[in-house]
Amino acid sequence: MGPRLERRTTPSKRMSWGSPLLAVGLTLASCIVLFLLLGLNPVTALYVFFVQPISNVYGATELLVKATPLVLCALGLAIGFRANVWNIGAEGQLLFGAIFGGGAALAFYEQDFVGLLPLVALAGALGGALWAAIPAWLKTHFGANEILVSLMLTYVAGLALSYLVHGPWKDPEGFNFPESRLFHDAALLPILIEDTRLHAGAAVALVAVVACWLLLARFMVGFQIKVIGLAPGAARYAGYSESGVIWFCLLLSGGLAGLAGAFEAVGPVGQLVPNISPGYGFTAIIVAFLGRLHPAGILLAGCLMALTYLGAETAQIELNMPSAVTGVFQGMLLFYLLAADVLISYRIVWRTATGETS
Amino acid sequence: MRANDDVNLELFAGEIHALLGENGAGKSTLVKIIDGLLQQDAGQILWEGEQVRINGPKAARQMGIGMVFQHFSLFDAMTVAENIALGLDQVIPMDQLEHRIGQLASEYGLSVEPRRAVHTLSVGERQRVEIIRCLLQETKLLILDEPTSVLTPQEAQALFVTLRQLRDEGCAILYISHKLHEIRDLCDKATILRGGKVVGECDPRVTSATELAVLMVGAELAVPGRKSSNAGQILLEVENLSMSGEAPFGTALVNLSMQVRAGEVFGIAGVAGNGQSELLRALSGEQVQRDANCIAIDGRAVADLKPQARRERGLACIPEDRLAQGAVAGMTLVENLTLTTTKEQALVHFGFRLIARTAALARDIIAKHDVRCPGETALAQSLSGGNLQKFITGRELAKQPRVLIAAHPTWGVDAGAASAIHQALLDLADAGAAVIVISQELDELMAICDRIAVIADGHLSAPEPTANLTAERIGLRMAGSYGT
Repeated sequence: MGPRLERRTTPSKRMSWGSPLLAVGLTLASCIVLFLLLGLNPVTALYVFFVQPISNVYGATELLVKATPLVLCALGLAIGFRANVWNIGAEGQLLFGAIFGGGAALAFYEQDFVGLLPLVALAGALGGALWAAIPAWLKTHFGANEILVSLMLTYVAGLALSYLVHGPWKDPEGFNFPESRLFHDAALLPILIEDTRLHAGAAVALVAVVACWLLLARFMVGFQIKVIGLAPGAARYAGYSESGVIWFCLLLSGGLAGLAGAFEAVGPVGQLVPNISPGYGFTAIIVAFLGRLHPAGILLAGCLMALTYLGAETAQIELNMPSAVTGVFQGMLLFYLLAADVLISYRIVWRTATGETS
Repeated sequence: MRANDDVNLELFAGEIHALLGENGAGKSTLVKIIDGLLQQDAGQILWEGEQVRINGPKAARQMGIGMVFQHFSLFDAMTVAENIALGLDQVIPMDQLEHRIGQLASEYGLSVEPRRAVHTLSVGERQRVEIIRCLLQETKLLILDEPTSVLTPQEAQALFVTLRQLRDEGCAILYISHKLHEIRDLCDKATILRGGKVVGECDPRVTSATELAVLMVGAELAVPGRKSSNAGQILLEVENLSMSGEAPFGTALVNLSMQVRAGEVFGIAGVAGNGQSELLRALSGEQVQRDANCIAIDGRAVADLKPQARRERGLACIPEDRLAQGAVAGMTLVENLTLTTTKEQALVHFGFRLIARTAALARDIIAKHDVRCPGETALAQSLSGGNLQKFITGRELAKQPRVLIAAHPTWGVDAGAASAIHQALLDLADAGAAVIVISQELDELMAICDRIAVIADGHLSAPEPTANLTAERIGLRMAGSYGT
């Protein structure tokens, strides 16, 4: 007989926070093997990957630029995951946020008024929330699986964005490239540190971290979310509305992802392009779990995952490595994390033939 | 902590041996070791004089040890014979198996039809299926874990007849229970466990119930009592409540009516699965009714209200499953206090949880109800069943409810905690609330209720004063002859 998984009676509390560290360690170890196989000096390669990108102020701010959408998306996802609402479509909600936010910026092209940026941000959040409302409605009315619906809608959102920038919203002076106009200055997010791309969205993300922490730790809504996730029977006994929580979680995570999308459009990108996001919405799923579904953890995990984007860019330039290495890293990290999590709740039992019968 | 500490137990063929002890005394651990589910850290097991190592239930079965658990491991959607075939180590053709089931059934008075689907069987019949499954394996030692906790008194008597017959044929039986009168009635020998240790061995036929209780609990227990018993105005009124059961195995409630007055403790007896959980869902508001008038609290119709709104009107409920419903296992006691809080308690202010206030109330409840725990930030799952139940009871009482519904309030709770919970319920009634206790423990209902009605197959009998009732009369109604 082969190995078998057996549930542990008391999973270690300490290890549930230790497992992300373990996963990071194992990912690094695997990276070293990978580098050796590619004939690279692992020390140099690790340095190029993880230290060089943030060895100057510009690099450090770039890290925060990349972490901003990751953290915003992951916060919403984590709150949903706490209530067993599995929104996998943050990427699509992010794209719709970009469409709505970017659309608002284009609608008021060359206009300048006080409420313009808040309006853009609000439109972005609304777009993401609307896109997430579809799986919410289908789940609460027909019991449709939100994992499938939200995932599929991601591709619809990608096509919608593509249609807009190829057609109605294409820049008239853009040499037929599939891009919108560059947004005018008043519609662009203010820069926090001069000569960098660090924009006000990063500050908003930080506020969102605190707000989400408060929501979970201190507010009745957050409490109900946790109860529904931990003990659905107790939630029914207490009379908490399950469909209410499904709506809340999906609208919140959609809204935050949409906000992230709008920030990308009127922040670092500055216009609408078909590939406005390098998969932030999907990476955010890893960020949420790596951060243990806790806002503070998500902040750290978001920075770490942002580093893998930056590291891959430097590695591409310095070491001639393919940019797909980001995906390899993220995949390994998630794999090790899930494996470590399984081993926290289960242990491997080797069964011998004699043990079965004697 | 040691669940079993230096335990010696000798079982003889042709003997019914009682293993007596409170919850947490180590009975289950000991039995799991004998059944091979757990391995002992020290000591040895001798089987027919030879030292053995039992590596699992399958090995135990092959040696001739059969176990009937408190919670049956049967598949509802399959037939009796199919369920039995699943648990057998060898493959027997279905028609032969059905024939042997029929033989055993008639031989031991375990009447059960092999081709019936398990979900159509009563709890007593399901237990017979489990026993037949053991007997098919030519069992030399049969272990039964709290077998009568789900049976009517009549069903329990029928089970005893079967067990005595098995004993007379030379089978050894290990009978686990905390019900003293049963053990005195049935068993030839008793081993009493407390805190993982053997604290006594005796012949239960000649030892008094009080002596057994003192051995089991370690001290004499206070008997819960009332100060007064004056019934006041009607606080809870249910009129012609009907509700379909949850498909596919639920029980429908049929035209259920009752009136419970202030200062009264009203008992609802019945074997589990006869509509108790449906009734609790209807009363608590977990399942709202279309007709608002079929349930009224203090004269106001509430049947269309959700649980929170009913709580605001003075209803409190103690559900039957404390770790999955009554409390959130992975949350602290403070958080669990927030679970069912009302506006009047002012623990939540505009959606913001006032944690210091909640913690203070949690400390009060812990102190007032003698909840043994490391503190108010202990996780609910870290408390013993009795202490968690005391906390949940305290949490509901802290709201000073007008109507309290308690489902199986002392299920799986040690005797000390049970007596404290009973006293708390009686005190609440003394203070002028209406208390409804749903339970399958007749002893419990007879001890604390003023009136008792019986629920059977979704029908509720007319209540009668406890003084006029005997266990036998309630038992007849539990078996289904409802009506008045």
